[in-house]
Amino acid sequence: MRRLGSRKQRKSRLRGEMVLAGSSPSRKDVLVVEPGDHFYPLSVAAPGSMGRTGSWRTQRPVVNAEKCIGCYMCWLYCPDNTIIMREKAGPRGQDVASIDYEYCKGCGICANVCPVNAIEMVDESKFISQS
Amino acid sequence: MALEAEEKTGVRRGTVIPMRGNDAVAYAVKLSRVKVVAAYPITPQTIIVEKIDELISKGEMDAEMIHVESEHSALAATYGAAVGGVRAFTATSSHGLVYMYEVLWWAAGSRIPVVMAVVTRAIGAPWNIHVEHSDILSTRDTGWLIAMAENNQEALDLTVMMFRVTEDPRVYLPGIVGLDGFILSHTVEPVEVPDQELVDEFLPPRRQPYTIESGAPIAMGNIIPDEAFEEHRMDMHESMREARRVIEEAGREYGKLTGRDYSSLVECYKCSDADYLFVGIGSWMGDAKIAVDALREKGLRFGALRLRWIRPFPWDELREYGLEKKAVIVLDRSISFGYAGPVFLEVSSALEAKPSMVGVLAGVGGVDVNYEDMVKIAEHVAGLVEEKGRVYVPALWYHLGEFYPMKPGPLPTRKTPRHVNKLLEELWSKKT
Ligand code: SF4
Ligand code: SF4
Repeated sequence: MRRLGSRKQRKSRLRGEMVLAGSSPSRKDVLVVEPGDHFYPLSVAAPGSMGRTGSWRTQRPVVNAEKCIGCYMCWLYCPDNTIIMREKAGPRGQDVASIDYEYCKGCGICANVCPVNAIEMVDESKFISQS
Repeated sequence: MALEAEEKTGVRRGTVIPMRGNDAVAYAVKLSRVKVVAAYPITPQTIIVEKIDELISKGEMDAEMIHVESEHSALAATYGAAVGGVRAFTATSSHGLVYMYEVLWWAAGSRIPVVMAVVTRAIGAPWNIHVEHSDILSTRDTGWLIAMAENNQEALDLTVMMFRVTEDPRVYLPGIVGLDGFILSHTVEPVEVPDQELVDEFLPPRRQPYTIESGAPIAMGNIIPDEAFEEHRMDMHESMREARRVIEEAGREYGKLTGRDYSSLVECYKCSDADYLFVGIGSWMGDAKIAVDALREKGLRFGALRLRWIRPFPWDELREYGLEKKAVIVLDRSISFGYAGPVFLEVSSALEAKPSMVGVLAGVGGVDVNYEDMVKIAEHVAGLVEEKGRVYVPALWYHLGEFYPMKPGPLPTRKTPRHVNKLLEELWSKKT
């Protein structure tokens, strides 16, 4: 999208939307959510809706909290809703990403979208031999 | 600009401006207060989004333009924006449309209102940028509403109307407005651009069944049981039927506001008292009307029935006007290879093949067909009917003034150029 603005603005916009979703007055002007009498193929994204997908993983995303800038990109893109953003928990007081490995299926999308390469995909075998 | 001046004086409810069909669509998008447009350029559609981009950069339109890397992404982004809760629009043609084909199903199945303009064009190979209906008709079964404009005015009016119809809770399906490549898209005609207040009166705030937003995640596209899937499809079919009523209501109200009534899914030109009927879609039905007048002067009582809507299909109207006719000529600007033209097949089933029927395939790949050709076609078919009593010919090609029945009939052959042949011969001789 054009005019995304600086990283700082972008962040505040993303955060702002999270809080304001559906409640901004300008949006209400143009949008009315009216159910209509139809069948919608929707579901609520919840961890575990497809079972414990953590067992699918062959590679594990590992977050480097030092590098993470708390931009929420991985959080936005994760198809399984398994990125948990911990507010102000980073070493520099920034928001930081962490991952619920119970359900993370290891698709690598988070590592791909991270703008600062803070997520590394590590072979699962590494963790098996360690334990 | 004339438009602004008129808006200030407020004398009329619209301003007549000469413009191309593509500009007419762009103005309709602006008037409908679309908030997100995502598109990828393809001839002959490109001007639509160029014009919208221009309106945005001039500050005349408040919207976000997303430049994407393909048509698949164009519709995906448009669909995504619409799911997020804004009026969204895209436009495409030909290869672009077939490239986004998958996403058409996603948008319809999600029951999300989105509007798209399809500027009709032939699909390669070989390469051809001119008018044909194979692209728009390939969307027939996707669950999108499909309307087809005859002229630039209608391209504007139908686009505005399409937002209202698709956003009606009885419908909640996306919609396509078709306009013929070059014949409308690049041709300047006087178009009355309605005032903003008028469109605001006509178009209620956007309605949609749900939104997906960050912070309140819901998922679309999950696996559902087969039985539920079938019921979902039944519901879409039912909504398409409901859409008929919604179109009639919206068309009537649009007529009250602008003086241009669209309450019927078809346009009937002298067809009530006609013995013979032309049936077809798109801009060449304007030529068919001229042909009707010329034929009536010659003593052949013809009429022209234009399908303004293809989905939902105007079944009742067709039967009302078509069942009792001596013969119905269906004009098709594309072919379902191995059978007949798609419009013929639809019309024939609605009329239960009761009248004599001939499916004429013409104008494919932009070959020029004017009213004189249509007179020729009409006289040929009337002659066949006189001679044989009843005829039923699904596919009769009309090509450069000659008729080629699909069965048995000789077809014209065009040789590949000799230097190409030489290369091919070399290639083939190596193989054997
Ligand atoms: S690897 Fe895939 S599933 Fe796991 S956290 Fe990253 S994006 Fe989510
Ligand atoms: S891990 Fe990367 S993408 Fe995720 S919040 Fe941190 S910096 Fe952003």
